[in-house]
Amino acid sequence: MKKGTSLLKFLTRIEGLPVAAVLAVLYGVLIIVAPRVFTGFRIYMSFLQTVPPVLVCALGLTLVITAGEIDLSFPAIVALSGFIFAWVFKKFDAPWAPWAGFILALACGALVGYINGLLVAKIGVPSIMATLAAQFFWYGATILLANGLQLNIKDVTTSIVHTIFVGRINIGQVPVPMQAIWALGLAIFLWFILNRHKFGEEIMFIGDNANVARVMGIDVVATRIKLFTVMGVIAAFAGLLLTLEINVFFPTQGSGFLLPTMAAVFIGGTSIAGGLGSITGTFFGAYIIGSLEAGVVATTISGYWVQLIEGIVMGASVVLNIIIEEGHIATTFNRIRHWVRPDQPNTKYEGN
Amino acid sequence: MAESPVERNALRMVNIEKYFGLVCALRKINLEVGSNEIVGLIGDNGAGKSTMVKILTGVFPPTSGEIYIAGNKVDLRNYNVKRAHEHGVETVYQDKSLGEKQVLWRNFFIGREITLPFGFLNVKKEKEIANEIMVNTIGFRGKGITVDSKVSKLSGGERQGVAIGRAMHFEAELIILDEPTVALSLKEVAKVLNFVHKIKEAGKACIYISHAMADVYEISDRFVIMDRGEIVADMAKKEISLKALDEFLLEYSHGMKDKVEL
Ligand SMILES: Nc1ncnc2c1ncn2[C@@H]1O[C@H](COP(=O)(O)OP(=O)(O)O)[C@@H](O)[C@H]1O
Ligand SMILES: [Mg+2]
Repeated sequence: MKKGTSLLKFLTRIEGLPVAAVLAVLYGVLIIVAPRVFTGFRIYMSFLQTVPPVLVCALGLTLVITAGEIDLSFPAIVALSGFIFAWVFKKFDAPWAPWAGFILALACGALVGYINGLLVAKIGVPSIMATLAAQFFWYGATILLANGLQLNIKDVTTSIVHTIFVGRINIGQVPVPMQAIWALGLAIFLWFILNRHKFGEEIMFIGDNANVARVMGIDVVATRIKLFTVMGVIAAFAGLLLTLEINVFFPTQGSGFLLPTMAAVFIGGTSIAGGLGSITGTFFGAYIIGSLEAGVVATTISGYWVQLIEGIVMGASVVLNIIIEEGHIATTFNRIRHWVRPDQPNTKYEGN
Repeated sequence: MAESPVERNALRMVNIEKYFGLVCALRKINLEVGSNEIVGLIGDNGAGKSTMVKILTGVFPPTSGEIYIAGNKVDLRNYNVKRAHEHGVETVYQDKSLGEKQVLWRNFFIGREITLPFGFLNVKKEKEIANEIMVNTIGFRGKGITVDSKVSKLSGGERQGVAIGRAMHFEAELIILDEPTVALSLKEVAKVLNFVHKIKEAGKACIYISHAMADVYEISDRFVIMDRGEIVADMAKKEISLKALDEFLLEYSHGMKDKVEL
């Protein structure tokens, strides 16, 4: 029994494992309820195609929330970046146009993020206000620039940029969407940045206690500006993946990203309190959120149930994370054992 | 090392003044701290003790005056926390020295990471050295505390021990403790005082700020008393007993009261 507790404790310490378990259970349930859909690889390929843009945003947002800040402006950046790419691509009908559009879109994301950073770190505007204003402003600016119209870029499918970022790569017999590979790569890269790099450590200490960070010699202002700039670039990248995948820019693109992205971060176990963040958790969290809607619909339950079930899964994940994080796992385990076999001594929880 | 005795001071502050707008927080502060001396800095709330600490550690510059650390003049226009660290000034605060939710090894090296190329952390090395500091410098043994423990699991005294150990590891010439025991139980205070003794043994200098007279008296070689931004008394331990010091402070605050009533 003792062994069982410590093994469970050990397992919950592995970053992201509880969230991965939730995802596995979710797929398990879906396989049972809708075997025809969920035993083929097609549905999973469609997840790998649709989840990455939200996943990419959520990875960036994980860093921002770890630093104790929030960014509400990334949906606008997703739209702006898609517009810039599509516009440059249409305007200059040249082989270099997709690359130029791509780089310009990332640069604009960086600029928007940098301005957010200045407002928050230099002027001291709370990030929720600064980035909400930015969301309205840049979303409005994008609609104005685009005249409210969508831009079709069917020809982009023949470009190298398209192949590299949203093409299909055969792994075994299965054509895997490239954007899933890029999102995975970004997740691994950002895991190392957060957990094994100076920048990540600075982010954690600032989110933990900015005064401590300051007296330990961290340039809090510069780090915050850098962080928002990085978030801008990441959101622009998400916008590019989206626009390339669907071969069209539409002015409202990204407008539905805000809630699923935040949900992915919180399901993943990153705390709103700042100081600690889990890239691994966010990764699985984004797939949970992305699979739920399609999953529930495929079970032939009425579509009206989708949001309610999403709410349940999200609530359960967040509660699970809190129980694990607070180190209540051993107490909980003992309590349950005590319920099952009350004659056993209710072993005292050894604090950790 | 044939330096003159004056130059072997850990710290010399000359005519330091600090204004916040029109408010004068420090007035003509002249203070010396010997190279292996523990100075107890005493004063009521608002006397300007923390303001002096912040100037010394580069959080903000003084309005005027000069600072010499181990005989070297500090360029105050280009002074910041990192420079202060380079000069060998380390500070332990009551509550803002450590990141609560972070593991110990990160806390030892925050702001001064040991890095591999491209700014990635040399985690193995950092953990090794952190462990070495914990075992040898501050004498943490057993109790299930490792370099992977989070700060939130440590008691208040242990936290200050980590902060002091960190300061000693980075070869501080001068360690400043700004009210390190305010929120602690007696037992935890004893632990902190024990760590301060290690600073003395290691041959370093220390400014210990407190308004708990008893522990300041025990560990200090000298007492400096501040009031309303000025140093009002400076005496060696052998010149005054604890009782006399207590009485002096009491009388002094009465004295001030009288002045206010004038
Ligand atoms: N950043 C600041 N801005 C304005 N006034 C300040 C600031 N910091 C300290 N003061 C003022 O300077 C005086 C000394 O404060 P402080 O150094 O914190 O005292 P102590 O640490 O001795 O209790 C107080 O009157 C305080 O209000
Ligand atoms: Mg103070």
